Amino acid sequence: MSQSVERINDFVVKFANVNGSGSASANQLFAKSILRMGVPVAPRNIFPSNIQGLPTWYEIRVSEKGYLGAHGGVDLMVAMNPQTWDQDVKSIDAGGYLFYDSTKPIAKSKFREDITVIGVPLTEMCNKEYSDPRQRQLFKNIIYVGALSALLDIEPKVIEDLLAEQFKGKDKLIAPNIHALYMGRDYALKNLQCPLNLRIRRADAVGDRISIEGNAASALGAVYGGATVCAWYPITPSSSLAEGFQKYCSKFRVDPETKENRFAIVQAEDEIASIGMVIGAAWNGARSFTATSGPGISLMQEFLGLAYFAEIPAVIFDVQRGGPSTGMPTRTQQSDLLLCAYASHGDTKHVLLFPEDPAECFEFGATAFDLADRLQTPIFVLLDLDIGMNERLCAPLKWDDSRRFDRGKVMTAEELEAGKDFGRYLDVDGDGIPYRTYPGTHPKRGAFFTRGTSRDRYARYTEDADAYRDNMERLLRKYDTARHIVPKAIARPSKVPTKQGAIFFGSSSAAMHEAVDRMEEAGIHLDTLRVRSFPFGDEVIDFIASHEKVFVVEQNRDAQLRTLLVNELEIDPAKLVPILHFDGTPITARIISGAISAKVKPARLKEAV
Amino acid sequence: MTFLAKPKLHHPALKPNELGYTRRDYEGSISTLCAGCGHDSISAAIIQAVYQMNLPPHRIAKLSGIGCSSKTPTYFLGNSHGFNSVHGRMPSVLTGANLANRDLIYLGVSGDGDSASIGLGQFAHAIRRGVNMTYIVENNGVYGLTKGQFSATADRGSKSKKGAINADESIDMVALALQLGATFVARSFSGDKTQLVPLIEAALNHQGAAFIDVISPCVAFNNHTGSTKAFDYVREHNEAVNYMDVITPRAPITVEYAQGAVEDVTQHDGTKLRLRKLAATYDVHDRNGAMAYLQTRKAAGEIVTGLLFVDPEAEDLHVSLNTAKTPLKDFNDPHLCPGSQALDKLNASLR
Repeated sequence: MSQSVERINDFVVKFANVNGSGSASANQLFAKSILRMGVPVAPRNIFPSNIQGLPTWYEIRVSEKGYLGAHGGVDLMVAMNPQTWDQDVKSIDAGGYLFYDSTKPIAKSKFREDITVIGVPLTEMCNKEYSDPRQRQLFKNIIYVGALSALLDIEPKVIEDLLAEQFKGKDKLIAPNIHALYMGRDYALKNLQCPLNLRIRRADAVGDRISIEGNAASALGAVYGGATVCAWYPITPSSSLAEGFQKYCSKFRVDPETKENRFAIVQAEDEIASIGMVIGAAWNGARSFTATSGPGISLMQEFLGLAYFAEIPAVIFDVQRGGPSTGMPTRTQQSDLLLCAYASHGDTKHVLLFPEDPAECFEFGATAFDLADRLQTPIFVLLDLDIGMNERLCAPLKWDDSRRFDRGKVMTAEELEAGKDFGRYLDVDGDGIPYRTYPGTHPKRGAFFTRGTSRDRYARYTEDADAYRDNMERLLRKYDTARHIVPKAIARPSKVPTKQGAIFFGSSSAAMHEAVDRMEEAGIHLDTLRVRSFPFGDEVIDFIASHEKVFVVEQNRDAQLRTLLVNELEIDPAKLVPILHFDGTPITARIISGAISAKVKPARLKEAV
Repeated sequence: MTFLAKPKLHHPALKPNELGYTRRDYEGSISTLCAGCGHDSISAAIIQAVYQMNLPPHRIAKLSGIGCSSKTPTYFLGNSHGFNSVHGRMPSVLTGANLANRDLIYLGVSGDGDSASIGLGQFAHAIRRGVNMTYIVENNGVYGLTKGQFSATADRGSKSKKGAINADESIDMVALALQLGATFVARSFSGDKTQLVPLIEAALNHQGAAFIDVISPCVAFNNHTGSTKAFDYVREHNEAVNYMDVITPRAPITVEYAQGAVEDVTQHDGTKLRLRKLAATYDVHDRNGAMAYLQTRKAAGEIVTGLLFVDPEAEDLHVSLNTAKTPLKDFNDPHLCPGSQALDKLNASLR
């Protein structure tokens, strides 16, 4: 039965596939065709910790309004995996559609009354057309894309163009793919009611935006930020960041004449060695980074304390996943805040950056190296699986050609020769940041011994109590300097004056903006503040001070951002209301608005009381 | 030993080397290790080697982990940058440093606790990557700073100062280095400067992963009867396969040796290692032979010392990574940042 209302450019399509069946590129083709029709989409991979055989899903949220957060629910399920059939059918919203391969009869009890079922005999069509098993498999995916194009009213020319782009250089493959596309499309037009009530209509809502994964954008940021040394150890969901760096370096960093590399990438034996190499390279004057996830950060703790105390620049990209322990390696969370903020034993505090999308991954990816050199300390860029491993629509990446690397305070051979006083841990400028020298600068001056043990302002070993305290207090001054130069939080005031606010960060951004719109429609008004870094700037203090109640929205169980706010700003905990989501799925507007609404009486209701 | 600062005064008779530096310019601050510690002899050997090699002190970077041995870089090469890192992790820090600046000479100093236990993995991986470095393990078979526990290089059956017998098999760092592809492998004894100084010189000249295991008795906790790392024991069981002189093109050595007992090995940088062979049949180019020889002599209770293996044409990590000849640290914006035009192109490909 088909009682659903017409939904144009606003619905969710989910593909249920088997890992390793070649579905990914067909699904991406489908998503991209909608984008090319000017309609924003937010695709998400939902995949198990597995290479072949286990279920995998690809969810595409279509939203002309540009809401890119996860939506929850499914309007059209493309059920290609018998293993997950029951679960997939169950997940469809009432009034939604089920698209399936009808080659083999399926018992009526396996369907639902309240959804529309669309069967296409995909396997039969493939078996008739192709004899090679791999072709049968791969073209089946293109055939369903063809059928869906008819059902959803996607322009076939757009898909043809995309196929031509995809197989540029392997032109022989273009025609057979277009043939398969039309096999599906023609079948649907002839045998099914097309289009459905779910429909794509050409729009102009994408603009000049691009689609890129946050990991790739971060890697590009590292290239633009001047990183030359990368040491890493494979770990989901961060591996594609280091691999992206390799890819972009091969493109941009090979000397055109000598063919030599202006970069060095080492796959280390573990995360401890990775951060050790990063620290060694940074100590020696190269910009260096590692990419990892929570378990890697756990292993790096001792070295991170050394880098903090010995004041060595290092950049760490942490693509967060579900923890603790091995947790859920292929699911998303924002649960490494406390781990990174206070990494290592003793009194340590680190600088964290929270990009909201790939565009900011690029920006922060580059800026992190300037901050690391300027502050001579580790800088963490905290992204997560949701923005790291999914292609996210975002602003085009921008670079100002007049921008120069900020290498921070480095004393030169000339300055040393001229007799300038050099104390490695001497606070000359009052900002807590001392000067450093690169090894090998001057034959007789400027050499110093780097150590994790205590030392005086001239880097001489000492266990003297006053010297130790002096150094630790200077590190606090440096931390205060950091507070003023890290990216500032961004406020978005409500249309109506309100005493209620919400603080959020990172990948929650897309869902948060949508939630605010939703709540606004329901009469709940919130000022919001997107925190972009730690330590917190004055704008965060002011925002909290100017509101009676502040919701802190985050994707972890223990309200880690809230903990940092309470701890660092001495905020009354009662004022900060945690809104938490931590099941490994990305947070949605529905979840945020539901949770906040439950704790707030809409303003107009309050007045009526 | 002492907290007294070392006087800056130079004896006027101190002879400068070709660069005009005296031995004093290669020294560090006064050692705080125990009087008679083998490690101090190794520090002195390093100073002697670098002085003789006429190396500018600031072109060397000295790195270490944690432990008595890892403290020693403070006591030599005071005009070189030093890095006392974390326990067992010197190899990774050194690897990173080397990636950043291939023009410096890297000296890693570690101990048997640092490299054979907590840092065994990093030791192995730095060696197998062929990092261009001199990696010295000051091996005394015991944890000194924590007062006398066995280390992983303590021989099975050897006795601790308190009388405990070590039941675990020992790790032979030289055997490991050979298996892992080190291109320069040697063992020596802190009490045999004649052998040690040229080995350090040759290792510093070597363009690849050079490893020297130096037996360095701990006078405080492992110098008693029943220990196989005590001064007396090592002297009695030291079986040197060769001694050598390092001959640079500028400073030829013209000593006459008996026919057949000398072999010259020319390293990649042009320095010649003139080996005086004590074990006539020992071949320093035979990796497998070296491993077999070591095992056989160990079974006979002997400690084999000398240059044990060398590949004079070794290549290092930078060769396999095809890194630019210019140190990576010296590249700046124009060479590293692709600029906005490249980014616009990339953006266009992502729509």
